[in-house]
Amino acid sequence: MSQDVDLPAASTVEPVKVEPAADGLRAEAPLAERRAESIWSELLADIPGLLGAVFLAALVIVALFAPWIAPHDPAAQNIILRLRPPVWMDGGSWAHILGTDHLGRDVLSRILHGSRISLLVGLGTVALAGGFGVLIGLIAGYAGGRTDAFIVAVVDIQIAFPGLLLALMILAVVGPSTMTVIVVLALNGWMVYTRITRSIVLGLRHTAYVEAAEMVGCRPGRVLWRHLLPNLASPLLTLATLEFARIVLAEAALSFLGLGVQPPATSWGLDVAQGKDYMFRAWWLVTFPGIAIALTVLAINLVASWSRVTSDPLEREKRFARRIIGSPGLRARMLAKGPS
Amino acid sequence: MSRFVVHRLWQGVIVVFCVVVVVFVLTRLIGDPVRVMLPLEATADQRALFEAQLGLDRPIWEQFLVFVGDAVALDFGDSLWQRRPAMEIIAERLPATLILTFSAIGLAVVVAVPLGILAALKPEGLFDRVVVLVSLIGLSVPQFWLGLLFIVLFAVQLGWLPTSGRGGVEHVILPALTLAIPAMTRIIMVVRSTMMDELNRQYVKTLRAKGLLEWQVVGVHALRNAAVPVLTLCGWELIRALSGYTVVVETVFAWPGLGLTAIQAIERQDLILLQAIVFVTAIIVVAVNLILDIVYKAIDPRIELKAA
Repeated sequence: MSQDVDLPAASTVEPVKVEPAADGLRAEAPLAERRAESIWSELLADIPGLLGAVFLAALVIVALFAPWIAPHDPAAQNIILRLRPPVWMDGGSWAHILGTDHLGRDVLSRILHGSRISLLVGLGTVALAGGFGVLIGLIAGYAGGRTDAFIVAVVDIQIAFPGLLLALMILAVVGPSTMTVIVVLALNGWMVYTRITRSIVLGLRHTAYVEAAEMVGCRPGRVLWRHLLPNLASPLLTLATLEFARIVLAEAALSFLGLGVQPPATSWGLDVAQGKDYMFRAWWLVTFPGIAIALTVLAINLVASWSRVTSDPLEREKRFARRIIGSPGLRARMLAKGPS
Repeated sequence: MSRFVVHRLWQGVIVVFCVVVVVFVLTRLIGDPVRVMLPLEATADQRALFEAQLGLDRPIWEQFLVFVGDAVALDFGDSLWQRRPAMEIIAERLPATLILTFSAIGLAVVVAVPLGILAALKPEGLFDRVVVLVSLIGLSVPQFWLGLLFIVLFAVQLGWLPTSGRGGVEHVILPALTLAIPAMTRIIMVVRSTMMDELNRQYVKTLRAKGLLEWQVVGVHALRNAAVPVLTLCGWELIRALSGYTVVVETVFAWPGLGLTAIQAIERQDLILLQAIVFVTAIIVVAVNLILDIVYKAIDPRIELKAA
């Protein structure tokens, strides 16, 4: 990690930096190292956030290596072994740990493979909607005037749209597929990024360092990229995490309705929809994919709430104050250390 | 005030017009209504006849004008599935959706506001932690799955409530609860955080120093100041539910509202009915938005109703 590449970029992040430079003692340590260390200690201090992060990391590994981890081919049917219960019930076997569905497909393998679709649609949508939304927001906030008024009007109109119904309409006309789901969800979600980006850029537009950059002759693109965008990093990261959770749920719902991912591809929502018809005979078909969705979204939400509290100085102050009031022991310890 | 209302009405008209344009572009330019709606084995003559019936053989600008005219007259033609005017079907199904949505949001508010206040009284206390954790879980569970769980638990195992369909009050409970839970959790979080902020304000200290009873401080003064963000969110939840979340819940519980009708229209390739539903929903959403804006003004004199 070379310092001279890292430092100039880091200096522009300073205004919203996570650490309020409380520890003068470690000031000599390389910036990048210090930041990584502080993120770790922040994460360790928030146990639910840590659990969420660990779960997500595991999920990413599962999604990447699903074909090697999964015990069976998720689409392989075996009518003789249909509707087998999980291993701990009568009739279950270690060959199919979470049982099999109405076509004899292995439930565990389908869940492991389903994580790919959830993460793919989540990442794809957040990247598409976030990229477009942030770009438009930067333009609106930086250009101002008529451009800004026009963009604000478009955003207001789109926010008042009955989003999901229009999404259903698009899917009905164009035909559902993983790609259409990503595009439709992105079309429905870009406005929130635009709003938050625009409001932050408006707030920073006339700060001294932005005007200084303009004065020394930086082109608008450079001002946006180099001086404004870094300030957006932490609020946008929190927003993107929350949106990610929302999109995993939305993809599951669309697939459940039969308008999302289509067979033979696997998706947790699709598995619940197919298992629904056998709900009373084979509870495991509906239960396990549902738990997979819920745990994933819960993990993302936990990480999001950690990142919101950690990256917002006001929230940190509140949390610190509450802890001091709440516990005398902690109070003594934290007062000795100063606000973290 | 009246200028504000006129301005917002005008904005609402623009939104509805944009919905009409998007629906038109989607159904006529991107999709091929004849291909979507007629079966594959239809002959060329049948296709031509169908095109003439829908006016699809005329130039595109003429089609657009006719389409806008129909939308203004609230006449979308006959549903292909039921062979009667689409608006008639909507008029039949709309009350069910409204009953479901309003009872769900009502339920969410009634449960969430007291819980949020109680949690805010002792930040980071045991009750607060439990409420936050349960809210996070409630927010993470997919709605359709929650509905299925409720059916298995309350309708099949315990036999307390009917599994699906529409009838007396007992039929509303499970769908309304399912629709309410995500909204409930979001309202709890906002009530909790705004109440925490309000209870840290100087005026609260003054009130306490004056010797006001604690319930008066919390329930009257702080709550009133926290009302606006909470109401904004409740309005949002109402719109959110109306503009789509009912689709999932109605499908799970076979609740015969607009959402279920939309899914049935898609399954039967009935674009005429579907576009009528989208249009009517847009009008409802715009109307609810307008009403909410006026209500905020009535509640909180600090809000300025700018016409900009």
